[in-house]
Amino acid sequence: MFLQRQVPLAICFVVGVVFVFQDFVPHHDSEQLLTVFTDWGIIITGFASLLGVGSLIQVHWLHIKRQNAGWGYSVVTYVAMVGTLAAGIASGGKAAPDAQTGVMPAFGWVYNYTMVPLQGTMFAILAFFVASVAFRSFRARSVDSVLLLVAAVILLVGNVPLGEAAWRWVMPEGVPGIADVGDWVMNTLNLAVRRAILIGVALGIVATSLKFILGIERGYLGGGD
Amino acid sequence: MVPRLRLAWLVVPVLGVCGQALAQEGEGATVPLSAPTGVELIDRPNDDGKALMLLWDVMPYDAEGVVYRVEVAAGEAPFRETASLAWQGGSRFLSSEQKWPFWAWRKDDRRHLHVLTSFQAEEPDAAQAGGSRLVEKSLEPLTRYRVRLTVLRGEDSAWAGPLDAVPVGNLFNRVKLHNLIYTLLFSGIILVYIARARRRELFLRRIPGLDAVEEAIGRGTEMGRPIYFLTGRYDIGEPSTMAAITILGEVAKKVALYDTRLKVPHTYPMVMAVSQEVVKEAYIEAGRPDAFSEEINFFVTDDQFSYAAAVEGMMVRERPAACFYMGYYFAESLLMAETGAETGAIQVAGTDADHQLPFFVTACDYTLIGEELYAASAYLSRKPVLVGTLRGQDAAKAILMAAILAGTALATLGAAAGWSPATLGYVLDAFRDFGG
Repeated sequence: MFLQRQVPLAICFVVGVVFVFQDFVPHHDSEQLLTVFTDWGIIITGFASLLGVGSLIQVHWLHIKRQNAGWGYSVVTYVAMVGTLAAGIASGGKAAPDAQTGVMPAFGWVYNYTMVPLQGTMFAILAFFVASVAFRSFRARSVDSVLLLVAAVILLVGNVPLGEAAWRWVMPEGVPGIADVGDWVMNTLNLAVRRAILIGVALGIVATSLKFILGIERGYLGGGD
Repeated sequence: MVPRLRLAWLVVPVLGVCGQALAQEGEGATVPLSAPTGVELIDRPNDDGKALMLLWDVMPYDAEGVVYRVEVAAGEAPFRETASLAWQGGSRFLSSEQKWPFWAWRKDDRRHLHVLTSFQAEEPDAAQAGGSRLVEKSLEPLTRYRVRLTVLRGEDSAWAGPLDAVPVGNLFNRVKLHNLIYTLLFSGIILVYIARARRRELFLRRIPGLDAVEEAIGRGTEMGRPIYFLTGRYDIGEPSTMAAITILGEVAKKVALYDTRLKVPHTYPMVMAVSQEVVKEAYIEAGRPDAFSEEINFFVTDDQFSYAAAVEGMMVRERPAACFYMGYYFAESLLMAETGAETGAIQVAGTDADHQLPFFVTACDYTLIGEELYAASAYLSRKPVLVGTLRGQDAAKAILMAAILAGTALATLGAAAGWSPATLGYVLDAFRDFGG
């Protein structure tokens, strides 16, 4: 119990306090300490990735074994994982084309012609999602929605040359451009709210860090034996 | 007649200013060059010992066309030029241009300042047998450097030095003094409120998003569908992830009590390992250790869109009763939240990613905005010590609001009363981030 509770809490307290004050100590040794701990973090993350791979293999194996809904996707995951690993080993971990022959190694082929297009597809889908969400949120059913709608229209119109031209055509001389109004919305109204949120977040981070450093929050230690 | 008089009022001061400037330049050009005076070479304070500061007086001959050449040598090596300083744009390389607060640096318009962080050193050239080349090297702590300052104007020159100094690392960065004071002040306030909360119950305002947690889990139980909980796209070192994991503990406790299925797909193995312990602890606290399963937390991938695709796929297949999105998110926020909304799940999001908030607000039923993410664990658990931290945050916020109001009033007063920017600068320094 001592090793599972008191020791981790003590380590958390000491390291937490040390690194709060480390930020105020510019001495080379202090910087070195931070570098060493950051390196330790990278090493631990490297080992932790094995946990991730282990979890992936286990979860998908159980899916296939129990024939859960969509277990076929788990087979695809296994094939993709093993295939990519094999391609990576065969290519010696290189993804870039050979400088002399220009031949793309298998690993590079997997990355450039499978991963990149798939990522691009997912990112492209975002445009449709934005449209669908915009349609829902811009229905002017309350004062808040109307404000949101007005701000959105100003920004949308202000960001296209055609919008600016139409604004100039409609508005009398001397009225600021719609792009300027949009900038004012973003840099004054929006920025003030963002800063308010960020101040709250910063205080929340201080409070959360204190809870961990002082051992008030200790759920991460786990329970049981 | 009247417009002509007005024009005269305008023209006279303009001519005056131009004349003064020309006279200064003219004066500078006629003053003979002499060695710079008041030359000092000092260790730069508030740093890691990799810089020196060269200071000297503003000279009567300072003008366009005058160049100060700084030469540096490590130990007994020959001098090499490291900088040529001439009037450029608005910069006159004055001591007052150093961006440090008033308590860390006395700004002086009558002194020049040049910060030395590197120097030219000669080293053997591998490409040329017996040859050498010049390379730029950083100043190193505890090494003696010699510096010579030469002033040039056309063919004339005069120099001062050499001077020597040793850069030393400092144990405290006075530039960040105000940050330290605020850290200690806010930590102290939070600790005071934690102590108070132990003695008496403190009031907490309602947070609808967190009140909905119970409802969402109850819904999952009734429908026999799983609850999804996502901890964000950051690794374990980020406070938002830690806050998300803390909320996961509270949600897991309720899930254990209701005997509902919980699924936590992860994007970082470290987060998964910690979440595993948190959920285990929650099930034990809820008195349901038998219901805990290692399969609750599982790793998906660390790739952003692969993760989003996998989670969306699971959502569409399993149609969860509730989805919780806590922590920090990027572009995948809308992909997942919109898919969750289409499956009919009750959705609660909590993030401090201000640029993703609009997406969550529109696609989710409830959204915890910014600090509410950090307040959630206290709100859900109602543990006095945790509630105390919330009140401490509120008190600190009140102080900051008062400071903002006071600063706004001061700036307005200063503008109205014609205070110099330097006067107001003393106050503003206390709230600036000097970044180093």
